[in-house]
Amino acid sequence: MHDLLQNLILGFSVALTLQNLMYCFIGVFLGTMIGVLPGIGPLATMAMLLPLTFFLPPVSAIIMLAGIYYGSDYGGSTTAILVNLPGEGSSVVTLLDGHPMAQQGRAGPALAIAAIGSFFAGCVSTLLIALVGPPLASVALNFGSPEYFSLMLMALVCASVVGSGSLLKSLAMVAAGLLIGIVGTDLSTGMSRFTFGVVELSDGVGIAVVAMGVFGLTEIVKNLGGPHMTQTIVRGKIQGLMPKWQDLKTCFGPIFRGTSIGALYGPLPGLGGTISSFTSYMLEKKLAKDPSRFGNGAIEGVAGPESANNACAQTTFVPMLTLGIPGSASMALMLGAMIIHGITPGPQVMTSRPDLFWGLIASMWIGNGMLLLLNLPLIGIWVKLLQVPYRLLFPIIMTMMGIGIYSLSNSGTDVLLMALFGFVGYILMKLGCPFPPLILAMVLGPVMEENLRRSMFLSEGDATIFITRPISGAFIFATVALLIVFIVPALRRYRRDIGNEAPQRG
Amino acid sequence: MRIKNPQDFWCGVFFIALGALAIHTSRVYPIGSALEMGPGYFPMWLGGIMVAFGLIIGGLSLRLQPDAIQRAEVKDWAFRPWIVLTATLVVYALLMDAGVGFVPSLMVLVSGCALAHKDVRWRETLLLSVLVTAASVAIFLFGLGLPYRLFWWSD
Repeated sequence: MHDLLQNLILGFSVALTLQNLMYCFIGVFLGTMIGVLPGIGPLATMAMLLPLTFFLPPVSAIIMLAGIYYGSDYGGSTTAILVNLPGEGSSVVTLLDGHPMAQQGRAGPALAIAAIGSFFAGCVSTLLIALVGPPLASVALNFGSPEYFSLMLMALVCASVVGSGSLLKSLAMVAAGLLIGIVGTDLSTGMSRFTFGVVELSDGVGIAVVAMGVFGLTEIVKNLGGPHMTQTIVRGKIQGLMPKWQDLKTCFGPIFRGTSIGALYGPLPGLGGTISSFTSYMLEKKLAKDPSRFGNGAIEGVAGPESANNACAQTTFVPMLTLGIPGSASMALMLGAMIIHGITPGPQVMTSRPDLFWGLIASMWIGNGMLLLLNLPLIGIWVKLLQVPYRLLFPIIMTMMGIGIYSLSNSGTDVLLMALFGFVGYILMKLGCPFPPLILAMVLGPVMEENLRRSMFLSEGDATIFITRPISGAFIFATVALLIVFIVPALRRYRRDIGNEAPQRG
Repeated sequence: MRIKNPQDFWCGVFFIALGALAIHTSRVYPIGSALEMGPGYFPMWLGGIMVAFGLIIGGLSLRLQPDAIQRAEVKDWAFRPWIVLTATLVVYALLMDAGVGFVPSLMVLVSGCALAHKDVRWRETLLLSVLVTAASVAIFLFGLGLPYRLFWWSD
């Protein structure tokens, strides 16, 4: 307990410097601003603004990027409430009751309760990271190569299994991601692989380049090709911002339950904000005395999912910070940023860079407070921003992407690569392939190969080392169990389909 | 044989091709042994795994009806934005590398993007490209100090 207090004091002393406060604010502000724009989720926002953080010292950069992350997440909810646009992932749930509330002239309370719920969830889950992080990291410090390899395998399979889209396609995307990850100079032999003679590729493919291609460019192409977006922005002045005491009282339970669900789901790979929001929504609907109110502007339907979403967004940091294993594509990007700044991710971060770890945690507390203060008065600006037609928005977004990516290494190669990933990404999207597994695997590619190599060296070429070492064996067992749980129902369905077909043939 | 799920079928083809490319490219890298893995060992396996997944996905698409919720057709391609945006980025990258300067490159980038949209409004596009370029110069060159020249004659 004493340790925790001391660490938190260290964290706040880092986060409360004028410089870091400013970057945290800039991150939250820019993140919310871009996140508000329809059709741009947290991932695209982070990828777009990532280059801005390269100019900063490591701790400030990570603090700012974290601010961008939860800022854009919150911006998405604002859009969902004000505009009837199912944006990215988790805001789909917020939309269900948030937009009806806005139509009834209660946009103010809806936005306020979303902010209050998020703030509460953010505070609780940040405290949770501070409590859970150190013991988890000290366990992980004892892991050897086989344990790491198995753990990463489990994370990748888990992310594929629970993520959206077909399991087979997700796993194939994992393999493709690992392959992209090892492009460049091989760590142990110094050999250039898959560079096809391009000198710039010997440093590998940047994660920002791929993320911007598949999440930024592909998304814009999809938006432009889709049916014309009909927006029903809530017009008129938004008044009565503060919720009534009655509203607050109804929301205590949902906020608390939502926070618990989100905090629990966050550290598990693949279980993102969308699933926790949905779970919370379903739970509140089940617990409600009058479930028919849901979908027609029930304030609990905003409070619960929003809290769940934000709690989840914060606790996703746990595996990334303590094990160096990202559980979501956003965290993969965060990890990529840490690597760019010369920080080797893993359990040693907490002891070797306590200023980074605790500073980040403290800044998340402060950042969540900023969100609460920032968003309520700025709603007018966000509404204005939402009225800008997409026709004018996407060239601006493309320009930011173009400049940002070019500035990575001051060479056009990265821009060309981004164009390529966007081009191929659109095909893959049309073929129903999900991108998060690709990004996750890409960051883990080189580390996984290295750990596989070391494990095999350790065991003198015997692959059974992964199951005979107890901890590693447990991870492998869990991986196989996960796969079986999800494959068996699919197989059963397959048999049934074949069975149904037989009589038609005869 | 009829393809029951075109989306999965082409997905299978894609991964078989990508896996084959990976295997083909890794052939020149020393494989080594399980004990001492060479640079070719891991990518060779990955290629094999992709081909295997491609075969399963493609194979199932011949037998398995898609779910009602899954969109199985591969259609409604947004050809215009897809091609135009990719091409614009390529042109922008080449212009920047050629040292034409930040201002002309960005003007081309913004105008090129506008072409991707169904209705092109020239005056609006021109105005937008001037405004966006001016703002970018202010933020990125003067604010963040990126080392690019403004025009081809400036240095």
